[in-house]
Amino acid sequence: MEMVNITIDTRKIQVPKNFTILEAAKFANIDIPTLCYLKDINEIGACRMCVVEIKGARSLQAACVYPVSEGLEIFTQSPAVREARKVTLELILSNHDKKCLTCVRSKNCELQSLAEELNIKDIRFEGETHKLPLDDFSPSIERDPNKCILCRRCVSMCKNVQTVSVIDTNERGFKTIVSSAFNKSLNEVPCTMCGQCINVCPVGALREKDDTDKVWDALANPDLHVVVQTAPAVRVALGEEFGMPIGSRVTSNMISALSRLGFDKVFDTDTAADLTIMEEGTEVINRIKNGGKLPVITSCSPGWIKFCEHYYPEFLDNLSSCKSPHEMFGAVLKSYYAEKEGIDPSKVYVVSIMPCTAKKFEAARPELAATGYPDVDAVLTTRELARMIKEAGIDFKNLPERQFDDPMGEASGAGVIFGATGGVMEAALRTVAEVLSGQSIENVEYEQVRGVEGIKEASIQVGDLTLKAAVAHGLGNARKLLDRIKAGEADYHFVEIMACPGGCVNGGGQPIQPSKVRSWTDLRTERAKAIYEEDRDLPIRKSHENPKVKALYEEYLGEPGGHKSHELLHTHYEKRENYPIK
Amino acid sequence: MQLYRSHVLVCGGTGCTSSNSEKIIAEFDVQLARNNLQNEVKIVKTGCFGLCAEGPIIVVYPEGAMYTMVKVEDVKEITEEHLLKGRIVKRLLLSSGHDAKDADEASSSLENSEFFKRQMRVALRNCGIINPEQIDEYIAYDGYKALGKALTELKPADVIEILKKSGLRGRGGGGFPTGLKWDFAAKQPEGKKYVCCNADEGDPGAFMDRSVLEGDPHSLIEAMAIAAYAIGSDQGYVYVRAEYPIAVKRLQIAIEQAKEYGLLGKNIFGTDFNFDLEIRLGAGAFVCGEETALMTSVEGHRGEPRPRPPFPAVKGLWDKPTILNNVETYANVPVIILKGAEWFTSIGTEKSKGTKVFAVGGNINNTGLVEVPMGTTLREVVYDIGGGIPKGKKFKAAQTGGPSGGCIPASHLDTPIDYDSLIQLGSMMGSGGLIVMDEDSCMVDIAKFFLEFTVEESCGKCPPCRIGTKRMLEVLERITEGKGEEGDIEKLEILAKNIKASALCGLGQTAPNPVLSTLRYFKDEYMAHVVDKKCPAGVCKSMMKYVIDADACKSCGICAKQCPVSAISGEKKVPYVIDQDKCIKCGVCMEKCPFKAIFKNV
Repeated sequence: MEMVNITIDTRKIQVPKNFTILEAAKFANIDIPTLCYLKDINEIGACRMCVVEIKGARSLQAACVYPVSEGLEIFTQSPAVREARKVTLELILSNHDKKCLTCVRSKNCELQSLAEELNIKDIRFEGETHKLPLDDFSPSIERDPNKCILCRRCVSMCKNVQTVSVIDTNERGFKTIVSSAFNKSLNEVPCTMCGQCINVCPVGALREKDDTDKVWDALANPDLHVVVQTAPAVRVALGEEFGMPIGSRVTSNMISALSRLGFDKVFDTDTAADLTIMEEGTEVINRIKNGGKLPVITSCSPGWIKFCEHYYPEFLDNLSSCKSPHEMFGAVLKSYYAEKEGIDPSKVYVVSIMPCTAKKFEAARPELAATGYPDVDAVLTTRELARMIKEAGIDFKNLPERQFDDPMGEASGAGVIFGATGGVMEAALRTVAEVLSGQSIENVEYEQVRGVEGIKEASIQVGDLTLKAAVAHGLGNARKLLDRIKAGEADYHFVEIMACPGGCVNGGGQPIQPSKVRSWTDLRTERAKAIYEEDRDLPIRKSHENPKVKALYEEYLGEPGGHKSHELLHTHYEKRENYPIK
Repeated sequence: MQLYRSHVLVCGGTGCTSSNSEKIIAEFDVQLARNNLQNEVKIVKTGCFGLCAEGPIIVVYPEGAMYTMVKVEDVKEITEEHLLKGRIVKRLLLSSGHDAKDADEASSSLENSEFFKRQMRVALRNCGIINPEQIDEYIAYDGYKALGKALTELKPADVIEILKKSGLRGRGGGGFPTGLKWDFAAKQPEGKKYVCCNADEGDPGAFMDRSVLEGDPHSLIEAMAIAAYAIGSDQGYVYVRAEYPIAVKRLQIAIEQAKEYGLLGKNIFGTDFNFDLEIRLGAGAFVCGEETALMTSVEGHRGEPRPRPPFPAVKGLWDKPTILNNVETYANVPVIILKGAEWFTSIGTEKSKGTKVFAVGGNINNTGLVEVPMGTTLREVVYDIGGGIPKGKKFKAAQTGGPSGGCIPASHLDTPIDYDSLIQLGSMMGSGGLIVMDEDSCMVDIAKFFLEFTVEESCGKCPPCRIGTKRMLEVLERITEGKGEEGDIEKLEILAKNIKASALCGLGQTAPNPVLSTLRYFKDEYMAHVVDKKCPAGVCKSMMKYVIDADACKSCGICAKQCPVSAISGEKKVPYVIDQDKCIKCGVCMEKCPFKAIFKNV
């Protein structure tokens, strides 16, 4: 890499030629405040918080987009720079609904932090403010345009990363807002509910629909048997909400906390992930053997499912008919478990703790009610769970060791890795390869499908068959992959798609890290590392070896893909319109 | 080729078209046929003459007689008297004094009128002379000769060298040296490059570029082809606002004709140079005159600026090297190539060469377009060419550079106008809007007007512009409503300084200029508003009231009858009074009072 010499705050340093001033400053341990900046996702120089003085330049320049060049002289803390930043921040604050005390992002708000860091004592330029209606019609995402500061991170995420593009800037000047076309609700546009917009919002303008009250009510209801299940990605991220390092594994603390919250049973969605592998693996094998529709595409990610229904309905028949693991689990809990425990299924209340906002939408799908009752009654995101734990005064970091409850509390490592991109594929391969080859396979780690590369491909020799697989995460990558398949440029037996970049570990319901952290630490990789550690530590690493799942088939379901399974564990999809004109 | 003994040039610019010049042409056809003159007299629909205040304008050659404010009914007389009998219709001639219509022929011919003789028309050289819808007429006036010369006699580097030597600077705003800009793009690695024209002219009241497009579209096409040759491009785009339907239509016709003649397309002039040109319509957003916003819009996105660097010459349209100049800049190029850099540098001032077109408007007699050498003083433009200020009122200030510029007070009337002098005065050249204000103008109100415009036109991308200009406007609104507070002027100054320093694009960075320059020259007016709650010019309604002088009032009751809101009452022999709560300050009473008994109390 070619290097250039620059001077930054009178310090002479050498940095790679492709650096921006912001990167150079970071390299020199100089902190330049940012607000709209999000590395690789939103580099548009809009918010003007990162302005710096450059010798010879007429006006101040945005450090986040200004490329370094030989001899550049930069001042990041001159009086002019400090004043400009303050004035700009005061202007932003003057049109921000400053209800910090009751804001979901209080203490985790980048605007609040900036106001503190820049020592804002007064807002000198108050004036007209936006008074726009809240959009709380979506079951997953709430938008408060009065808190929006127009940084456009959500727009870039939705448009460039997810290629969904249901939000963008509308109107101009002071009236500019981020909204859907014709200011429709997110519920009325082809939003996939992935919630990635929430994760990149620096303030409280975007949040998950809060369902904690619903769950508190259920917990307080003596007639209900309230059970909770937790998705694999939750346990490697929940700790962040309590100040623990990214990638901390807090499985035991999480179980203890849930138990203290008053849940009657704490189960592991990973058990159902193993069940999913049994069903989906069987489906893959059957379709390959019987000339069924290929590739089979995974159906665990409800954001991806909704994306497919809106934008790629021609692939609906490729989708695995398997419900997503927590929905399978819900159906099993309200049938097998209720029967076994002698509880009236109408009294079983299933709460799913998910890294995901789309799961809220999914749980409300009318077809996902195998027993006549919704398979899942309430979905909480990782963030909402953290809020409940805090509200209950539970000292999260100091809790006794605890295991998931029986009878549905045991899972294989294959179930755990569902939480990272490539995980479903790897888990399936662990089972499919053994079933198809009839041999026990020792090395179960399929490195080809791990990691954060957007589209991963693998060819795995299974007996006579070369199984061709592909993994895409992030809907933009899904789009690319599907277009390739559609154009006949690629063909696979099995494809895994996750709506969120990095998979569930980086889901729209996960703890929010500020740009300062996100831009320089790959959350996906750090959290995935913890997932793979969890897998490695488990005695059973293949779904078909999970004794609980085996027992379930023996005692209740019969065989994978069998009649009972289909009744409880499988579903169907529908084509959805884009921008229906009403 | 058919020869005519007489040519009747009828202005087909937007101004004259809207005052019926199309119907005048139709009527000429009828009248010429009736008098059997159709083979002797030719009607030519031209572009704008510039003297828009006097439109519709007709010039009859060979005499050069210029008829102004012509009505359809006048065509019969012009035909029968002038064209048939050779007698000039004096009553329609442009008169030097604007009340009398008895001017002599010599001084009111096109060339000799005060309005035209002090001008130097380079960019507008063909406007009002040729029919813009006839490529042959352009060619007859040396059209495409410069392109031919460039392609067959000059290397691309030679073209750039000539441009550099000419000192031509961008006529659209910043005044960046054109040759240098082209050189940057030319030096980029070979490959796809674009030539772009900014015809989005968004300054209120400015129509220089529109006039070139309407009156001489081929000069733009020729210049863009030369630019493409110079930088190694084969594709051009003209971004023109959809509100310019005549300009768009004529440019389209011109492009088609140029293609027919092989002056656009493949192997132009038998060389291996190819160039194609397309029109992109803008929806009229002011910000799309900013180069990066314009390109973003051409690409099909919401028109918003993007940060520079990278500059368009490196990464422009679709990330390819692109040059962008405005119409007037391009219109200079063919002449420079033909007449040489030396000729061009002989015009103008040390650092501003050539001429500049101004759209002159406001409180001035000769509203219209003028082109003068750089370095002409504001006094010459306003008084000599512009014919001074109506009703003999005093000149107070002129706003140049539109909403991005600033005002120049009377004390600087004799400053030679060029890029640098205007910057020094706290204004800027901009694209050439020039609005004259007389003694009755309130400078705080003027600043508010321009800020209203920028607030409306801000794209909303960066907070300094989106919120900052809005906050400045709120302060100005307060001040002009008589609710100014101590510290408001300081607030304006802080905001102005920081918006200028930190806004993303030129629109935001220059938006505070009207406030800053009025503060600079007319701070006392601001103080009067804030401290004394008075508007010295009597413009700001909330600080002014109409009052009836009881002694002068003859109780005729005319004011009461005229008042649209029945705010005036009285009876015979008792002076009338205005109910200030009801009064909407329209001023009709004062205008109608036969005894001058009503006055403004400021």
